[in-house]
Amino acid sequence: MDKKLKIRSKNLNFYYSQFKALHDISLDFYENQATALIGPSGCGKSTFLRCLNRMNDLITGIRVEGSILIDGKNIYDPSIDVVSLRGRVGMVFQKPNPFPKTIFENVAYGLKIKGIKDKNLIAEYVEKSLRAGALWDEVKDRLNNTALGLSGGQQQRLCIARALAVNPDVLLMDEPCSALDPIATQKIEELIHDLKKSYTIIIVTHNMQQAARTSDITAFFYMGKLIEAGKTDTIFTNPALKTTEDYITGRFG
Amino acid sequence: MWFTQKKKEKFMHFAFFLVAAASVAALFMITLFLFLEGIPIFEKVGFTEFLFGNYWYPTSEPADFGIFPLIIGSLAITIISALISIPLGVMSAIYLAEIASARLREIVKPIIELMASLPSVVIGFFGMVVVAPILQDTFDIATGLNIFNASLMLAFMSVPTICSLSEDAVYNVPVNLKEASLALGATQLETIFKVTLPASISGISTAVILGMSRAIGETMVVLMVAGGAAMVPESIFDPARPLPACIAAEMGEAPYHGDHYYALFAIGIVLFVFTFIFNFVADYISHKYKQTGDATL
Amino acid sequence: MRNSTSAANNLHDHEITTIHERQLQLRPEFKKVFHVKIQKRKKLFQHLFYFLFRLAAFINFAALAIIIYFILSNGLNAITWEFLTKPPVDSMTRGGILPCIIGTVCLSICSVSVAFPVGVFSAIYLNEYAKQGFVLRVIRLCINNLAGVPSVVYGLFGLAFFVIYLEMGVSIIAGALTLGIMTFPVVIGSTEEALKAVPDTYREASTGLGATKLQTILRVVLPTALPGILTGGILGISRAAGETAPVMFTAAVFFSPKLPSGIFSEIMILPYHIYVLATAGTEIEATRELQYGTALVLITLVLSMNLIAIIYRAKLRKKTKI
Repeated sequence: MDKKLKIRSKNLNFYYSQFKALHDISLDFYENQATALIGPSGCGKSTFLRCLNRMNDLITGIRVEGSILIDGKNIYDPSIDVVSLRGRVGMVFQKPNPFPKTIFENVAYGLKIKGIKDKNLIAEYVEKSLRAGALWDEVKDRLNNTALGLSGGQQQRLCIARALAVNPDVLLMDEPCSALDPIATQKIEELIHDLKKSYTIIIVTHNMQQAARTSDITAFFYMGKLIEAGKTDTIFTNPALKTTEDYITGRFG
Repeated sequence: MWFTQKKKEKFMHFAFFLVAAASVAALFMITLFLFLEGIPIFEKVGFTEFLFGNYWYPTSEPADFGIFPLIIGSLAITIISALISIPLGVMSAIYLAEIASARLREIVKPIIELMASLPSVVIGFFGMVVVAPILQDTFDIATGLNIFNASLMLAFMSVPTICSLSEDAVYNVPVNLKEASLALGATQLETIFKVTLPASISGISTAVILGMSRAIGETMVVLMVAGGAAMVPESIFDPARPLPACIAAEMGEAPYHGDHYYALFAIGIVLFVFTFIFNFVADYISHKYKQTGDATL
Repeated sequence: MRNSTSAANNLHDHEITTIHERQLQLRPEFKKVFHVKIQKRKKLFQHLFYFLFRLAAFINFAALAIIIYFILSNGLNAITWEFLTKPPVDSMTRGGILPCIIGTVCLSICSVSVAFPVGVFSAIYLNEYAKQGFVLRVIRLCINNLAGVPSVVYGLFGLAFFVIYLEMGVSIIAGALTLGIMTFPVVIGSTEEALKAVPDTYREASTGLGATKLQTILRVVLPTALPGILTGGILGISRAAGETAPVMFTAAVFFSPKLPSGIFSEIMILPYHIYVLATAGTEIEATRELQYGTALVLITLVLSMNLIAIIYRAKLRKKTKI
């Protein structure tokens, strides 16, 4: 299967002040594929994910070496505008974090930020995004209710819809199901399965089954290093390294 | 042994409750004595005449007890000082909570708390001896002791309240909301205006109201700086005699249980009611619109 | 459940095409709106507003610095050994401020010995005993309102109740009680913060070992919270030391030839002394230096106490965070 290269991380090192959190990470991501980042807590997988849309910039005292190329452009190049980068690389967080506004306003937020003023156009995009987030049928009659009234799973799908509304190419998901119950998790996983047909998806997860179910490629992180990456089937059935096998079979972590 | 221990527990629980209830008693006593000493004036002067009368000549014969000019003086100074202190306080709060580095914040926040602790008499003194002559020279006016000067000094006094309470509100907006906004491609400024501020608006409004409540009740600054003329002011460079200043200046000379004495207590009632309303509204807002934001599952 | 799953499956069938379309067709539109120019304008706005925010914070800082600078530079000359240790002479146009210093210290200590126990007890009740409900709501509302009552109204109350009704006269005790009522909300605030910072696990551990509630509070909670509670006491003292309006009818006098001899004496205090010299003295201009000097002594007293409390509290907060 020939896939187009979307993101390439080249020898990425990352420091929180003195602490080196990522060692020399080189990893490729392809279009219309879901890549799962797995590994024990504190292994650097979330840090790596947050490097991809430069969310780590918000923390003081960080330093980045190496490069991340998206569509061939280094996003750590000084000429890159972080704000428009984040418009292209959407993110869904661990805990559902809808704004304390209405459901409609939540989805429309990113559109208004982009400068779209046409009310009909906004309404159209909101509907499309909510459909794409598999939430439309559940909320179409109460778009003007507060988003905080939704269940956890609905809130998370709202956050996904909100991220889709600004029309990104890449969707980063930081343990999107860790705060959800199994049924809500299942819905999100189905959604991921559909979304990867049109987006590049990178998902951090603690849950091995989830990685196996949703991803095409799996990358295993341990102690800030990328230990092994490859086709999900291979990683889970026949890993090349002993550490990977130990982790996957639950011997540590 | 077990029995006495249990009794002791019950007794102490009750004792703690009694002391805590002292605040209720204190507020009750304050209200009671204010009204006890203030109400008699209304046997001499009608209620509306007292509130809306244009002349305050408490010592002339016959005396005039109209506090309308004093109320206007108080309101004018409070409003003008709010126009200065609200933007200044809220903007500093945003700076501290959102822009300043953690280290700078640790230094600047205590400095602002320190501002709050400056004795009002010192600020009044500063307004009198430093600011007044400067105003008098720059604007070529009769006296530097006027509404504008008093507003300036009062603003200085209410900024710390407004800033420090709003800062708490802004700072406590959950990080994940800000992250959500930034991840959608919003700039930091857009995030502040569209997410952070709306999420903390109840805390900020409470801060503003409490700041204004402090300003309207502040005594020494307006006593020393406002100029003391009991007339309805026509410009911001006119002197005024706000309610607290009037009480403080005249209580020393008012004969005990005379009309003047009663009238000053009645002014106290008006002031008390003003601040009571302010506090009540602040309390209502902070309860009704409790800062939400962190999504609950 | 089944419905929504099939909805998701439907989406798989026909919605996906719309998503594809959106990506392909709408992209230029986005590009058109989301132009570089907008980006630049946004950046400019951000710089502008950040500048304003910084400026606001700076203005506060500058105002404080200017006030302290003026008082310091003008008052330093007045500070001599004689100024600090002698009473005023010649109708307060010369001499020192010893009675005022002593008066201020007496008054603030007395008022805190009223406010501190009441404040700490109330805070213990509110934080450890009280259950959510009407009573708690009423007590809190009263405390909030006490904190908001204008200082001059406290003065009126002190005059009517302590000075006249209880026949204490203008005296330290009347002033201290008035100030005590005024400052105990401050003590409650700090104490409650300190009590809240004590982890619940301490309480659970203690009750788990068979201690009663009272024993837990006295032996575990209070010792842990003590530093924070003391900070509240210091803040209370400094607040009481700087107040003028509540004591000008209840404790303070223009001039008193003697030092206070007991709690029923009337006293001179620093803030009122500044006010008197600056507005009603016999030689307002000639005593400027004395005024600045008195102000300097007062702010040194108040600010140093606050500084100690603030630094101490900052340290405590750091400790409890870890």
